[in-house]
Amino acid sequence: MKSLRQHTSLWLSLGVIVVMGAWPIITGNALSRETMFTVLRSVALASSLNILLGYTGYVSFGHVVFFGLGGYVGFYLIAVQGWSLWAALLAGGVAAGLLAYLVGAAILRLRGAYFALATIGINEAVRAFINNFDPFGGPTGMTLNFKIYKLYGGPGAALQLAFYVMIGLTLAVVLLSYWVRTSKFGLGLLAIREDEDAAEVMGVTAPAAKTWAFVLSAVIPGMIGAIFFFKNGTIEPGLAFPLHTSIEMIVMIMLGGQGTVLGPILGAAGYEALRDYLLVSPVFKNIQLAISGILLLIIVLFIPRGAVGWVRQRYAKVRRWLI
Amino acid sequence: MMLLQVQGVTKRFGGLQALTQVTFDLPEGQILGLIGPNGAGKTTLFNVIDGVYTPNEGRIIFRGKDVTGKKPYHLAKMGLARTHQIVRPLNELTVRENVMVGACFGHANAPLNNAGRIADEVMEFVGLSPKAEMLAGSLNVAQKKRLEMARALAARPKLLLLDEVLAGLNPSEIANMVEIVKAIRDERGITIIMIEHVMSAIMNVSDRILVLDFGKLIAEGTPEEIANNPKVIEAYLGDPKLAERLMSGE
Repeated sequence: MKSLRQHTSLWLSLGVIVVMGAWPIITGNALSRETMFTVLRSVALASSLNILLGYTGYVSFGHVVFFGLGGYVGFYLIAVQGWSLWAALLAGGVAAGLLAYLVGAAILRLRGAYFALATIGINEAVRAFINNFDPFGGPTGMTLNFKIYKLYGGPGAALQLAFYVMIGLTLAVVLLSYWVRTSKFGLGLLAIREDEDAAEVMGVTAPAAKTWAFVLSAVIPGMIGAIFFFKNGTIEPGLAFPLHTSIEMIVMIMLGGQGTVLGPILGAAGYEALRDYLLVSPVFKNIQLAISGILLLIIVLFIPRGAVGWVRQRYAKVRRWLI
Repeated sequence: MMLLQVQGVTKRFGGLQALTQVTFDLPEGQILGLIGPNGAGKTTLFNVIDGVYTPNEGRIIFRGKDVTGKKPYHLAKMGLARTHQIVRPLNELTVRENVMVGACFGHANAPLNNAGRIADEVMEFVGLSPKAEMLAGSLNVAQKKRLEMARALAARPKLLLLDEVLAGLNPSEIANMVEIVKAIRDERGITIIMIEHVMSAIMNVSDRILVLDFGKLIAEGTPEEIANNPKVIEAYLGDPKLAERLMSGE
């Protein structure tokens, strides 16, 4: 009983995702499957970024670069090289992780606003590079030959398969996030977030820890990119590297509670529900992004710790298990 | 066996000569007091020893190895721990988690569950157990000083650098902290260098005292020798009668 309670956050998180994933499968409704695909994508992206932003305290404004790069690498391998989806998924993750490793060595020395600016720069640089990179189709991007879907049982079955993969990736992110939060490695990250110099004096090998946090936060977004564009059937730089997606990821984390396992999941689901409402509402549909901006402002001003963080701060008793 | 050797250390910040040719040896098991006027370079010396700054000249030898230019986390893993003059709690973590950071990443290099046990023991020792689940940011100054101490001790260090752990404490808190410092050396066998302005306390606990003034070592000796050294009286203590009063424990 005690150990069950200790892992409350994990069970809650996995439960929420399983319910979200199972709902469209049980009802067999293709529309709700598409909606949930988007929601799970947001949950997984936000939870990944949370490892860097929430646990380590480094705000990346360009995190979508890993999603885009993984998407491009995976798409290219499937569409042009004829790789299987599974190998391409892995390759997308490896590519994103490798980029994080190389870039991290250079920019993780920067702190605060300088790091955030550098991440935007990386996103724009990669986008510009791919815009001019002919094997990836340059500015027009690439399109998947529909015949490829036949290998996975036709377009309908491929869409279904992509949804299952998305559920699997989301569960993987949450397990990873929970492991990091409750491990010794994660304790080092939290110490870095609170006071990097003091953490180093206490023996935390900050440069290595930060680099690994960056890599871990990048790998699954890379895989998500690969599955997303496989399902999408087409890829182009504007779709792969939208800066506003990075910002939305940050809004989701802040909304739910940075630095907690459950926060980004609830934040992403809540944000998507809100956006769903805004997009169909005749009043708000054109200013949907402005609403996210205002939302971020309100959160930062009034509940900087987000929903879960607020509960943790308010009720000391839940602190031990609500993470 | 010398635990720490500081050889001809010089540190400059632009035109400011913070430390000039500082040399001393520290044998295992001693409490070494480090005193001097404000701005004399005491904290800078700590920062050079623990790798926050690299000295411009000279060498630091810790446990027989040349550690000059090594990073703070290298030294922490080798058995050095310190407290900060201006406390640096990890605010959003609980007191217990703060102490566990020391145990996990310092010389103890404990896995997480052992770190929890070490943290519980050390919090008991410094009297922080009732605050274990509080967020570190919500402690008062005296408690934060204890937290600094607990984090450093949880690392199971060989050498502990204490930077003004008594500053800002009231007399009963000072007496309490002095007992803790003595117990650290006597019960745990940890060698200590402490910077302090509370003269009665430092004269009382130190085996040996170093005096820094304008970045230079101007005196070194037992508490009695230091209290009667005319250079020290001129540069720092100010009052010749003070020595007698200090030694009589007033």
